[in-house]
Amino acid sequence: MPKITYIEHNGKEHAVEVPAGWTVMEGAVKNRVPGIDADCGGACACATCHVYVDPAWKEKIPARTEMEESMLDFALDVKPESRLSCQIKVKPELNGLIVRTPKSQH
Amino acid sequence: MTDSIVIIGAGQAGVQAVASLRAEGFTGKLTLLGDEPFPPYQRPPLSKAYLAGDFARERLFLKPGAFFAEADCNLRLNTKALHVDRDAHLVHLENHEALSYGKLLLTTGARVRLIPVAGHDLPGVHYLRGIEDVDLLRPNLVAGKRVVIVGGGYIGLEVAAVAAKHGLEVTVLEAASRVMERAVSPLVSKFYEQEHVRHGVHLMLGAAAKHFEGHARVERVITEQGSLEADFVLVGIGVVPNDEIAGASGLTVANGIVVDEFTRTSDPDIFAAGDCTNHPNFYYARDNGRVRLESVQNAIDQAKHAALAMLGRPKTYREVPWFWSDQYDLKLQIAGLALPGDQIVPRGDPASRKFAVFHLRAGKISAVEAVNAAPEYIIGRKLIAEGKTVDTDALGDPEIPMKSIA
Repeated sequence: MPKITYIEHNGKEHAVEVPAGWTVMEGAVKNRVPGIDADCGGACACATCHVYVDPAWKEKIPARTEMEESMLDFALDVKPESRLSCQIKVKPELNGLIVRTPKSQH
Repeated sequence: MTDSIVIIGAGQAGVQAVASLRAEGFTGKLTLLGDEPFPPYQRPPLSKAYLAGDFARERLFLKPGAFFAEADCNLRLNTKALHVDRDAHLVHLENHEALSYGKLLLTTGARVRLIPVAGHDLPGVHYLRGIEDVDLLRPNLVAGKRVVIVGGGYIGLEVAAVAAKHGLEVTVLEAASRVMERAVSPLVSKFYEQEHVRHGVHLMLGAAAKHFEGHARVERVITEQGSLEADFVLVGIGVVPNDEIAGASGLTVANGIVVDEFTRTSDPDIFAAGDCTNHPNFYYARDNGRVRLESVQNAIDQAKHAALAMLGRPKTYREVPWFWSDQYDLKLQIAGLALPGDQIVPRGDPASRKFAVFHLRAGKISAVEAVNAAPEYIIGRKLIAEGKTVDTDALGDPEIPMKSIA
């Protein structure tokens, strides 16, 4: 199973295994990684699963869709590496992925 | 500070309350009661990805089991609360046990409205609210089967979309003159009607099911317009709030458990959140601002407010309502609450399958319905919250970016 490391705003790391086909958001929620609310459960409706993808992984993840791009406008502290974690599907090539959670989702 | 909290109802609101109570520093005893056999789960995917078979059951679960252990929350499934003795501060359970509470939170949700027609109890007549409903429904999704869907609201249309994609012969009966009448404006209804027809759905507006017929199981649906052969039927005609336990306990109930802007019921030690509440909503401009909402947003946000109120730090509920629906490749996103009489400002061409309809009241946006149009939705939602007066000409011109309107 692909391993994903979530790093909280305070530096705390959570390295967890996430089944392929799930989303990076689900990997966080099901493993109790704090800092990802995902109110809508992954419907790209709430923009509360914002993460920063480690720059080394940017090329391996499909680009933001227009929908995700717009939803991110609603998030706080958006950076070039910002993504909505519900829109990143976990696959074997993402083994080792590192994402960081923002200070706040609201 | 109260020493024990019992929460009746283990849905989205109940689980949020557990998380918020602990996050806000509650250290007392915490019990969450659920009457289903499953751990708390999200309902929105049930009529979409879960029905389609694209989503394993465990992905529906809102929290891993370890969450409840870590939150030191006693999650009790298959546990039905029957009655609240407010004087004794006791919740009586179906198994004759009684739980004492300092504060009580009711997050009892809603249940499907049953159709009161002959033949309603024939095998093959389905409803959709819980995991078990979908597990019973899914085996019927076989290409070539004929399904009659009673009700052209969110549930009916989402199931119609999944069924049409699976190659079924789909008929939707909607008693009103247009689909999703309670949720969207006529322009959006029209668009969705055309999309369903384009996908082969037989849509009958102004048509109601008079009764269901069949021998061992449902075989046909009788309407004013004639008889429709059916291999199975799905009824999606709305929900009713689970407010009986509140009413039987003497709390004020009126189309839901009546709460104030802090989620407090008529009993100072009892609170309520989510689909079951009739609450004052800042964004609802009639009926004295009182409304009952059926949404994830309201469940989550009211539960957060209930947690604060139970801990003696009440905060006025003032959150913009939002909703969504997935049908085919269309994402419908709605923010705010529209009312008849609002000025309608369409933006974009429905033929492009990407457009929005804004509702304005006194120059301010009261609601937005966006189809595959996230900027309109998200910026509209922000403008609703801010209560800013907007330039309606700019709003109606898709050439002018939403960002420059915000």
